[in-house]
Amino acid sequence: MFSRVYAIIIKEILAIWRDKKSRAVLIIPPLIQLFVFAFAATLDVKNVSIAILNRDMGKASFELIQRFKGAPTFNHVRYLEGVNEIAPTIDQQQAVMVIHIDEQFSRNLYAGKEATLQLILDGRKSNSAQIVQGYALTLIDQFSRDFAHEQGFPVQPTMLIGRNWYNPNLLYYWFNVPNLCGVLTMLVCLIVTALSVARERELGTFDQLLVSPVQPFEILLGKTIPAIIISLIEGTIIIVAAIFFFQIPFTGSLLLLYLSLFVFICSIVGVGLFLSALCKTQQQAILGSFVFMSPAILLSGYATPIENMPPWLQTVDLINPLRYFLVIVKGIFLKDMPAHLVFANTWPMALIAAFTLTGANWFFRRKLE
Amino acid sequence: MTDKGGLRRVKALIIKEFFQIIRDPSSILISILLPLVLLFLYGFGVSLDLNHLRLGLVLEENTVDAVSFAESLSNSPFFEVRRGSDRRELEDLILAGKIRGIVVVPSYFSAFKKRQDNIAPIQVIADGSEPNTAAFVQNYVLGAWGKWLLQEKINQNLRGLPLVSVQPRFWYNEELVSRNFLVPGSLAIIMTLIGTLLTALVVAREWERGTMEALMATPVRIYELLIGKLIPYFLLGMFSMTMCVMVAVFIYSVPLRGSFWLLGLVSSAFLFTATLLGLLISTLSRNQFVAAQASIVTGFLPAFILSGFIFEISSMPLPIQFVTYVIPARYFVSCLQTLFLVGNVWPLVLSNTMYILTFGLILLVITAYNTVKRLD
Amino acid sequence: MNEFVSIRNLSKKFPGTSQLALDSIDAAVTKGKIVGVVGPDGAGKTTLIRLMAGLLLPTSGQILINGMDTVKDPEGIHRIIGYMPQKFGLYEDLTVQQNLNLYADLRGIPKSGYRETFDKLLSFTSLTPFTNRLAGALSGGMKQKLGLACALIRKPELLLLDEPSVGVDPVSRRELWDMVFQLIQEGVSVFWSTAYLDEAERCDTVLLLNEGKMLFSGIPSELTQRVDGRTFKIKHITGRKRLVLVKALEEPHVIDGVIQGSDVRVVFDSKDYALNLKTLDAGPDAQIEQAKPRFEDAFIDILGGGPGGYSELASITPEVQPQNTPVVEAIGLTKRFGDFIAADNISFKIHSGEIFGLLGPNGAGKSTTFKMMCGLLKPTAGESFVTGLNLQISSSQARSQIGYMAQKFSLYGNLSVMQNLQFFSGIYNLKGAHQKETVQKMIDTFDLGGYLNTSADELPLGFKQRLALSCAVMHNPAVLFLDEPTSGVDPITRREFWNHINGLVEKGVTVMVTTHFMDEAEYCDRIGLVYRSKLIRMGSPDELKEIAKTEQNPSPTLEDAFIELIGRYDQEQIHDR
Repeated sequence: MFSRVYAIIIKEILAIWRDKKSRAVLIIPPLIQLFVFAFAATLDVKNVSIAILNRDMGKASFELIQRFKGAPTFNHVRYLEGVNEIAPTIDQQQAVMVIHIDEQFSRNLYAGKEATLQLILDGRKSNSAQIVQGYALTLIDQFSRDFAHEQGFPVQPTMLIGRNWYNPNLLYYWFNVPNLCGVLTMLVCLIVTALSVARERELGTFDQLLVSPVQPFEILLGKTIPAIIISLIEGTIIIVAAIFFFQIPFTGSLLLLYLSLFVFICSIVGVGLFLSALCKTQQQAILGSFVFMSPAILLSGYATPIENMPPWLQTVDLINPLRYFLVIVKGIFLKDMPAHLVFANTWPMALIAAFTLTGANWFFRRKLE
Repeated sequence: MTDKGGLRRVKALIIKEFFQIIRDPSSILISILLPLVLLFLYGFGVSLDLNHLRLGLVLEENTVDAVSFAESLSNSPFFEVRRGSDRRELEDLILAGKIRGIVVVPSYFSAFKKRQDNIAPIQVIADGSEPNTAAFVQNYVLGAWGKWLLQEKINQNLRGLPLVSVQPRFWYNEELVSRNFLVPGSLAIIMTLIGTLLTALVVAREWERGTMEALMATPVRIYELLIGKLIPYFLLGMFSMTMCVMVAVFIYSVPLRGSFWLLGLVSSAFLFTATLLGLLISTLSRNQFVAAQASIVTGFLPAFILSGFIFEISSMPLPIQFVTYVIPARYFVSCLQTLFLVGNVWPLVLSNTMYILTFGLILLVITAYNTVKRLD
Repeated sequence: MNEFVSIRNLSKKFPGTSQLALDSIDAAVTKGKIVGVVGPDGAGKTTLIRLMAGLLLPTSGQILINGMDTVKDPEGIHRIIGYMPQKFGLYEDLTVQQNLNLYADLRGIPKSGYRETFDKLLSFTSLTPFTNRLAGALSGGMKQKLGLACALIRKPELLLLDEPSVGVDPVSRRELWDMVFQLIQEGVSVFWSTAYLDEAERCDTVLLLNEGKMLFSGIPSELTQRVDGRTFKIKHITGRKRLVLVKALEEPHVIDGVIQGSDVRVVFDSKDYALNLKTLDAGPDAQIEQAKPRFEDAFIDILGGGPGGYSELASITPEVQPQNTPVVEAIGLTKRFGDFIAADNISFKIHSGEIFGLLGPNGAGKSTTFKMMCGLLKPTAGESFVTGLNLQISSSQARSQIGYMAQKFSLYGNLSVMQNLQFFSGIYNLKGAHQKETVQKMIDTFDLGGYLNTSADELPLGFKQRLALSCAVMHNPAVLFLDEPTSGVDPITRREFWNHINGLVEKGVTVMVTTHFMDEAEYCDRIGLVYRSKLIRMGSPDELKEIAKTEQNPSPTLEDAFIELIGRYDQEQIHDR
């Protein structure tokens, strides 16, 4: 039996490698996604355009505005002439935030009285707007305290010293790239397994395989193992890129990472085989993978946190293997996650793997008969 | 052949296409089922709104002030607070990702009244492995502290009001519900799927099945073939779009402040362009597998990542920002978010629509040039 | 010049290939006549037709149709031609009527003429009762007719048909032929491409293509005249006819030989040669007599003669012990797909060292039966046995006794020759040194050494067949299952293949083959005729031909026998009602 399975494994790997189409699909999209996502997909806010309507003539407002101009986050500052310009500026998305300083600003400040300032933000991008607001508030608060200090006014203890663990500078790609390890491995794994049977059916070689002494179980093994190998390689490439090219710190255990990666891949392979048994053509298999992957990725905590989802959806998400793996991969990279926490996230994947692999096996055999 | 003959041929091709759409399950899947599933996901699954920021809290001091602050945190609708007896316990939780931040009220907290510096006597630790959430943790806790401070001042009549008081106003989407901008933006993705992916697949399939060959040997003209393919999928896309808008407005309660007709106009322009991209891909590849891949890489991925739908374009590195200028979805997303949340902002909508149409026309020229009635 | 179509020095080279798909072709179609283009797969027939339809640009040369150049005025040409491509050009998701409507609109039939045109076409093709059926649900023969109807919507001046009769039952083929003949009477010029040599024989002019080159252009009888007086039959052979064939082919002046029923048919290289029967060990009663020359004989002659009879493969194959019990047995095999019965209670036995053929049109149930025998389909009822082992119960064991060769050689196209050999030997349980040895033996036997690293897809057709055959027999199976093994292949490659098979059979291997190619059926010892899901007749080729013997047709072909038997069966069915 082993020699038969071995023959199939070699054949699978060669078939994928030597087929230009498969090769392209395995290399190009993941690479593109790695680089684009790593650099482009960020919820971070930079290079923000803002506009200022300053109706005050005093020194204080000038000071404040200088601080805004000097901040790296706000790189584009326009000056408005009148209140009627605020609406078009926001409406036409020429600025995310308009700072409206009234005529009494400096006077009030020098008198030690409360001075008001209006911030108008474009709620169309509520996430970025809130973050921009946060930056603005911090800036204004700093100015406020400095001014009070200068003028000898009593000072408010409003400066919060916060620390960010594991990623002190909140670099977005430290979050993105480890996540991509999970997502891209899943992508490759799914495509390889989903295509495997469908391709043979399309080419007509599947019958040849079925007529030989090979048992259905051996065919499954013969297709599962290459998929696992290729996926592990893909995962490794990204891990290596993350550590050496992107210079992301790796604080945890490599062994634990590979162990959990292996279990993760097993759970995905089952889904892929299931799809493969179902689909008659390669193109159906690709569409099917896509249909499965979109929800899996969207609900995995990759783009948006799981805790933001409604509770009932969070429960449904418990069967998504990617969510567990993303916790592990970020944990091992950035947090030096201890073994017991890694296992806590691995056993659900193992359970899912057992389920999908058995299901695929059963479904496969039924289809063959 | 006279023009009348051409019209008749186009009509026949459109009718043929419609029958094929009805009898083909994959078309129904992609144009009706998939959008609904995606809308569902974007409506419920993807959210940038923090309902309950999960925080851990350690009180190292038991004074009245400390307890008062702790309670203000616990009572806040923004937070879900877990008390911990010491830091160690909470550190485990943050490691596991069960909480996203720790607030420590240290032993020297109540002494703050006597201090003259400007540093708040609380420590906030955020989980940096989730940068977006971490930023929110810092901002929200600072806000809660400021509020508590103000309350204290008012209660105790202390001196020293904050000097600069800020009045933030969020226009258009005051509730700051991310769904209100995600769902409209997702319509761009859905339209790309139908316009580009479905069209590309269907036409490539016709090449593969050999029916294209038989058609080409008849007097039908190239542009008649193109129009005969463009119109049915365009109409299908508009139908799907209408369905999605209904779902967005009536089921997800996303406000539609602009006019429906303007929305229709802009959507038509985008769908026109997206469908042409699909046609071009299938004409060049003539193979379903390649068509699917190309559609996903040149249509779907850019619409998702680079259109500004969820990831801010201004935050991207400059070279990538330049790339986004040639992605029609970028202009469409901007129009969608505006039409839904703001209203009919004519300058913005019209200029973006012009850009979209320009792309469409360029694609039309390239496609027509490449669609010759020949097999090689 | 009476030439309706004139093809001058036409060449076509596809980018990325080194060989010319078509090499300096000269041909003509006279108005109101039919030209047949014949040749194996890859000869260039489809390329030629596409060039004529203006769907491809020639690399050099010119095609004029009624004075219009295909390059300069393709639109003009599209107005006057009717074109039926290989896949028929039908929309499977549309009904018959909807397909017709589409083409009527595309060709601009005036609305007033609609009804009349449709009625005429539908009755012409006997499709009237099926107007509302989806084109995808039609049988092969009906699809062909519908394809023809769509090509004929506006009576064309030139009808281009690309392999219109491939895979269709002989009855439908004849009907198709009759329809086209009627069109010719009405003045339509026809260009018909086919792989069936007997069809080419019936055309007014025939073009013989092989590997892009035109070997012959002219009246069929002119070609057959080449081998006049050189074709003979050896009759009343006692003993093994296959051995006789092998010996005959070894004779220096014999350029071709095939089995026909219980006779051996040979072609000599000159009229003056006399064959000494004694050297063939044909037995005391053996006689040699003149046979009527066929197109195929001339084809082989032009190609330089067929291969020798010796099969190296057979010589290295170990003898298989003859069995007393049937080696392959089917008992009551039935397969139902929902309401549809694809195979109905089929039973047969194949004995040691016998070649058994399953014959029948597409959709009759022979592929279903074949698949059940191979273990690819699970029967709804009935059992199948190979070397005494039940395929359903001890499937892995049973399968290791089977060698399988699929239609169009299901090899792994992008794997190299060596990788294919290693894979197939591996899954058939060959290991270690034994595996290496066997693979090397195959390489030597089939002369694959020069192609070891070439991808299977890029091999020339003959080598593909060799590779497929070697992959099928590396484990020395006792039984060979061949599914349409030589469809689309040139006659010489087909001869070579059957030489190997015959050699293996002489060593005791049992063979089951399916085909719709009547000529190939002649190689069988016994034939089972499958029609409408039933096995309607079994017998040797000669026995079946005997049934169709009539006054008008004293020496019927197997195809005649087939049509006769089917006709009788249909009659019986009507009577039984």
